[in-house]
Amino acid sequence: MAAAAQTSAGGMRRWMERYPFLPALLILAVLLALNGLYQPRSVSLVGITGLVKTYLALMLLAVAQTYVIYAGDIDLSVGAIVSLVNCVIVVLMQYLGGSAFSALGAIGVGLAVGLACGLANGLLVAAFRLQAIVATFATSIFFTGIALYVLPVAGLPAPAAFWRTYGGRFLDIPFVFYVAVVLAVILWAMARTRLVMQLLAVGDDAQRAYQSGLPVTSVRVRGYALTGVFAALAAFCVTGDTASGDPLVGGKMTLYSIAAVVLGGTALSGGFGTVVGSVFGALIIGLINSLVYFVGTPSEWQNLVQGLTILIALMAGVIVGRRAQG
Amino acid sequence: MNLGALLRQPLVIALALIVLLLAFGEWLSPGFAAPQQILRLLIVAALLGIVAAGQNLVILGGREGIDLSVGGIVSLSAIVAGNLMNGTDAGIPLAILACVATGALFGLFNGLGVTLLRIPPLVMTLGMLGVLQGLLVVIRQGIPSGRAAPGLSQFVTQPVLLGLPGIIWLWIAIGVVMALLLTRTVFGHRIYAIGSNEHAAYMAGVPVRAVRVAIFVLSGVFAAIAGICLLGYSGSSFANVGEQYMLPSIIAVVFGGTPLSGGKGGYTGTMAGAVLLTILQSILTTVHIDESGRQMVFGATLILLMFFYGRGKAMRA
Repeated sequence: MAAAAQTSAGGMRRWMERYPFLPALLILAVLLALNGLYQPRSVSLVGITGLVKTYLALMLLAVAQTYVIYAGDIDLSVGAIVSLVNCVIVVLMQYLGGSAFSALGAIGVGLAVGLACGLANGLLVAAFRLQAIVATFATSIFFTGIALYVLPVAGLPAPAAFWRTYGGRFLDIPFVFYVAVVLAVILWAMARTRLVMQLLAVGDDAQRAYQSGLPVTSVRVRGYALTGVFAALAAFCVTGDTASGDPLVGGKMTLYSIAAVVLGGTALSGGFGTVVGSVFGALIIGLINSLVYFVGTPSEWQNLVQGLTILIALMAGVIVGRRAQG
Repeated sequence: MNLGALLRQPLVIALALIVLLLAFGEWLSPGFAAPQQILRLLIVAALLGIVAAGQNLVILGGREGIDLSVGGIVSLSAIVAGNLMNGTDAGIPLAILACVATGALFGLFNGLGVTLLRIPPLVMTLGMLGVLQGLLVVIRQGIPSGRAAPGLSQFVTQPVLLGLPGIIWLWIAIGVVMALLLTRTVFGHRIYAIGSNEHAAYMAGVPVRAVRVAIFVLSGVFAAIAGICLLGYSGSSFANVGEQYMLPSIIAVVFGGTPLSGGKGGYTGTMAGAVLLTILQSILTTVHIDESGRQMVFGATLILLMFFYGRGKAMRA
C-alpha cells in the first residue's frame, strides 16, 4: 500500500518534471469551464477567437520573457520594445503607402529593431555585467524615448491591410489561429535547439556551465536577442489588434509577461521551465480578466478581484511548482 | 585599500557625480544651483529617499529581495491620508496612524508570503502591486481624492528650522536612525547576516524569518510615510501618484552602492543616490528638449552611471 502510494507520488513528480506546465493547464481548464458556465458564448468559436486575438500579444511577450528567465536573467524592457516596434512599423507602413508589400517590409524592419534592442540588453547585462533589473529598466526608458521620437502622440492608424488581415479569416478560419499554429510549431522546434538547452544550463548553474566549456556570456546575449525578436512578434499582434501606433502601448505589459511566466511554472531563478507554460500563463491572465467580468463583478471592483485572483494563482503556482521540483 | 575605504567608495562616487551634475545644471541654466533651487531638489529627493529606505532594507536582506509594491503603497497612503485629514490639521495624527498601519499591513502580507510560503519577493510584491492597484480603483470610486492639511503642506514645503523644511529634517532623522540601526543594533547586523548568507545566519541562531518579515513591514511603513509627505507636497492625491517611485527607488539604492544581491551597502549611499537621481531628472526638465529626447538622455545616462557601480564578477574557471 505504502509502496504503491510512493510510486504514484514519484510518478507524479516525474510527470511534473517533464511537464512543469501541468498545474497551469489544470488552472486553465478550470477557468475555461467557469467562463463557459457564466457566459456560454465565451467558449464558442467567436469567443475563443476574441480571446486569442486579444491575448496573442501577451502570449508572445511571455514567451519572450521566458528565454531570458531560463538563464536566470530578466528583461524589464520587453514592453518598451513592443511600443517601439509598434511605432516603427506603423510609421513605416504609412510612409511606404500602406500596401501589403509595405506591411511585409515593415515586419522585416520590426524584427530587426526587436533584435537590435535585445542585443543591446544582452551586451549590457551579460557582456558588461550590469544588474539585469536596473539595466533593462534603464533601456526601457531609452527605448520608450525612441518610440516617442518616431511617433510623438498615439493614434496614427495602421493601414487597413494590416489589421484586416490580423482580425480577418482565411479559408473560413480566423487568421489568428494560423498564427497560433505557426507559433506552436516554432516553439516546439525552438525547445529542441541547442540555444535553449544552453540557456537552461546557464540558469541552472552558470559557474558549472562555464567550467564545462559553455560560452556563458554569448549564450546570455543570444537569449536577450531572442527575447527582443519575440517582443517584436508581440508588437505585430498588438498592432493588428489595436490597428494603430502608440508610443506607450507596451509599458503595462512588462509586469504581466513576468507574471505569465511564473504562472506557467517556470522558475524565476532559472534553469527550469517551459515556454508552453508561459503561453498558458498569459491565457490564465486573460481568462481571469474575462471571468471577473462574466460573473458580474461591479466595474469598480473588477481590478481588485483580478489582482487578488492573480496573486493567489501566482502563489499557488510557485508552491505547486516547488513540490514538483522536489 | 582597506575595507572601510572600499565600502565608502560608492558614496564618494555619488557625491562627486552630484557636484558635477549641479555644476553642469548651473552651466546649462544659470540659477539651477541656487540655494532655493537646491532646497526644492532636496524636498523632491527626500520623497524618493524615504521610499528607498525601505527598499534598501529589503535589498540588503538578500535572497533576491526587492519590493515592487512600494509604489502602490505610496499611492494608497496618499489617498487615505488625504481623506482622513481632508484639509484640517486635526486629522493629521489619525491619518499618520492609519497610513502607517496600512503600510505595515501590506508589508506584513509581503513578508509572510516571502517567508512562510517561500514565494520569491519579486513575484509576491508584483502580485501585491496588482492588488493595491485594484484597491485604489475601488477607493477612488467611492470617495473624493482628499486634500492635504495646511499643517502638513507647510511641514513639507516651508522652512521650519534653520531654513530647512520639516521633510528635510525628517529625512535626515531617518538617515541617522537607519545608519544606527544598520551599524549599531543586533537587528541591523542580522539583516546583513541573512543578506550575505542566509543558511549560515540560520545556523548561527538568527531568526531569519522574523528579520525578513520585519524588513518587509518596514518597507511598507516607509512607503506609507512617503505617501503622506507626497500628499503634503502636491496638496491633493491623484491616481497612481506613487507609481513613479517603484523602479527609481531601486535605482537609488543601486546608485548608493547597495548591490541587488544584498548583504552589503548602506543607507547613506542610498540618500546620495536619491539626490543624484533627482538632480538628473531636474536637469532634464530644465533643458528645452522634447519628451522623446529627455527619455533617451535619461535612459542612456542611467546606463552610463551604472558602469560606476556594482558590476558583476567575471566568470572564472
